[in-house]
This record gives sequence, structure tokens and C-alpha cells, in this order.
Amino acid sequence: MCRKKAVRFIPGGFLIMGLLLTAGCAAPLQTDRLLQTARAFPQPVELSEVPFFPQEAYQCGPAALASALNWTGVPATPEALAPQVYLPERKGSLQLELLAAARRHGRIPYVLRPQLESLFAEVASGNPVLVLQNLGLSWIPKWHYAVVVGFDLPRNQIVLRSGLKQRHVIPIHVFERTWRRGNYWATVVMPPDRLPHTAEELPYLQSVVPLERLKRWREAAAAYNAALKRWPKSLPAQLGRGNSLYALGDLHGAEQAFRQAVRDHPDSVPALNNLAQTLADQGRWRQAERVALRAVELGGPLLDASRETLDQILQHTSTNNLLGPD
Amino acid sequence: MNKLRRIAKPVSHLVVLGLLVLGIHLPAAQAGLISTETVVNAEQVQQDRERLRDMLTREDVKNQLLARGVSPDQIEARVDGLTDSEVQTLAAKIDQLPAGAGVLEVALVVFLVLLVTDILGYTDIFPFVKKPAKR
Repeated sequence: MCRKKAVRFIPGGFLIMGLLLTAGCAAPLQTDRLLQTARAFPQPVELSEVPFFPQEAYQCGPAALASALNWTGVPATPEALAPQVYLPERKGSLQLELLAAARRHGRIPYVLRPQLESLFAEVASGNPVLVLQNLGLSWIPKWHYAVVVGFDLPRNQIVLRSGLKQRHVIPIHVFERTWRRGNYWATVVMPPDRLPHTAEELPYLQSVVPLERLKRWREAAAAYNAALKRWPKSLPAQLGRGNSLYALGDLHGAEQAFRQAVRDHPDSVPALNNLAQTLADQGRWRQAERVALRAVELGGPLLDASRETLDQILQHTSTNNLLGPD
Repeated sequence: MNKLRRIAKPVSHLVVLGLLVLGIHLPAAQAGLISTETVVNAEQVQQDRERLRDMLTREDVKNQLLARGVSPDQIEARVDGLTDSEVQTLAAKIDQLPAGAGVLEVALVVFLVLLVTDILGYTDIFPFVKKPAKR
């Protein structure tokens, strides 16, 4: 009876396999494109110092995150990270929560463009990359986090810290199929004073801003500084730097940052408004009034905020009528 | 416990609303300064209404995490690390997003299918399978 069933099952199995394989072959792999350029990048790369934490049941998220964090100097163990990312009912960890946990440790997670070139560029410049894979099939998913620490294009190999294996070496196209099923999701976890190799201005700054909500002002300021080294005229970076220094109580530093922003972007309402506020906080009311007035004159969607700043300054100057040092 | 959760959600929404009515400032802005977030998301200057929505969504996600077994003393910090758009995503799709676990519980049939796909280099489930070097 049992045997009969099994026999009947086999042709069905082959049919499924056939379907699977043809479906798999349809979309070309990035690997093919990349391996054609292997000669341009012949040196194998491996960040062998990236620490390894063998995963306990269901805990590949905390283990992978611990690897990435330790590499940047945060001594976090998977046991300590599990309560910060593990979702008991789902028996796993969500990508967004890994990002949030990295921020809680004052690190900047930067999600990469979904392509092998970006991934390898980061590894080659010394940044291990945390990836989401579906090691199974779309209809039998086995979601898994691992950390890419090396690759060897001529030999078609990629090296991962994965599960219980410190050096999981597999062909790049096998990795890509598992990664593609994870929608090519990859992130680096950076110390605030270093930019990812593939960082782009706005996406990078968008990944720094969440540190402000966590009141990680010191790290935020360092990240904005790093961003300004690569994009010296970036308005969000200039403002972010000013806002962080302001929050740290460094009014002088904040003023410098906002002044630079006004110099490079004379029509920026946020830059003018924040400069005015910083001047007012230092008791330089007359200067503050001039700057705030300019912000209000420019109007725009932030008019409410800039008018409020101006009103508050005017209130002071009119009631006290004593003007501080200009 | 479930009953408690069902009650907790509307109550927490009410509390948030109450706080807003009292005019307590939202955390998005420091006194007098325009936040960096406003500049980074330049196209969408947040109206108060949207900020209220974001706050409610945050409460919603907190309740969802609680209901999925996260320890109460971690909830606040876990949600604080998320951006507004990430919070929106979580609120809408917390049960559909992939949860990386690295563990698979499957029947024998599936085991055999995956064994074959592993040997062919389509999947990477079993560490003992030698992957094909060529494709």
C-alpha cells in the first residue's frame, strides 16, 4: 500500500522539479554578468577577523547581527541581542527590527542596492554584509540571516558566517539564488565615523536620522561629519550636524554648522530658522531677528515654524527692549 | 490576557489623544528647531495630522509586538529604533514579512525535494551537500 503510493508520487515529484528548474532558469542571474568581469577583480577577499557566533535554534538574526556589531567594536552577544530582535510568535527576526537594534547600539545600518556588485564592493572595502536569504524555495521558505565576509570571483566562491558554520563556502550562483529569494536584501552596519563604500547621499542621511529619535546625538554628529567629508555641501548633513550639536548643548558648534548651511543654501528656511533659534539662545537677539525675518519672508511649507521662531524673538526684543551684544 | 490586549489598544489610543489635546509636544521637533527628518524627507512636510497618525501607528506596533510575545520592557526601545515609514510597514505586514530563523521543520517528502534542489544548486539547506561548482 505504502509502496504503491510512493511509486505514484515519484512522477509527480519529477514534474514539480521540472517546473521548478525551468522557472529557475528563466531569470538570468547577476552572477553571470559579474563572473565575466572576474578578471578585473582577480584577488580573493576575505575578512577573516569578522567574529563568528554559532546560532542557536531560530536565532540566526541575533547571531548575524552580533557578528556585524562586534566587527564595529560593539561587544554584543547573540544572547543579549535576542530580546531586542527576536519575535517569539514568528520564531524569527524581522529585517526592520535588525536595523532598529543596530541603531540602538549607536551604529548605522545602511541597506545596499539589490545587486552583487554593491555587496562585493562593501566586502572588498572591509565591511561585512548582513544578508537575508531564503535557503529553501518560495513555497517552502527557510528564511535565514548570514554575513558575507569574503569572495573569490575566479573560483566562483563566496564565504559566509552562517548558522553553525564559521566558513560557509558556496558557489556564488547558489548564493545568489538563495539571496534573490530574499529579495536581494543586504545591509552593512557601520560605525558612525565611516561611510559605506556604496553610500549615496540621501539614502545615507535617511539612515542616520533615526539615531536622532534615539537621542544618539554624539553618533549622529559623527555620522553627519563623515557625510560632510564626502558631500561638503549637503544641506541635510549640515542641518543634521547643527541639530545634533545643538542637542548636545554645543551652541557655538551648532551656530557654525547652520551658518555654513546658510552660506551654501541662502534660501533654505530650515537653515535660517535654526540659525535664528541658535542665535536667540545665545542672547544675540538683534542678529536672530534679522535671520528669522528672512526665513519668514521666504514663506514655503515651513512658514508656521519660522513664524513661531520670529514671534518668540520679537516678543523678547519688544518686552525687554534691551538688545544684547549684536 | 487576550481580553486585556483587546482593551489595551483602544485605551492606549485614547491616552495618546488625551495627551495631544493637552498640548504636550510631539517628540519630532526640538524647541524652535526644524528637525533633520523634515529636511531629509523634504517633499513631505509633516502636518500635525500625519504626526498624530504616526504616533498612533507606533502604539499599534507596540501592541502587535506585545501580542507576539515580545517582553514588555523591550517594546518601547524596539519601536523607538524604527523610522516612521518602517513603523508603517510593520503595522501593515508584521505577519507577512520574512522572519529569519534559519530553522526548517518539514516533512520527509519536502526533505527529498530540497535535497535534490540542493544538489542541483538551487537551494542551500543542507550543509553536507556539496554544491556544484558550475552551473
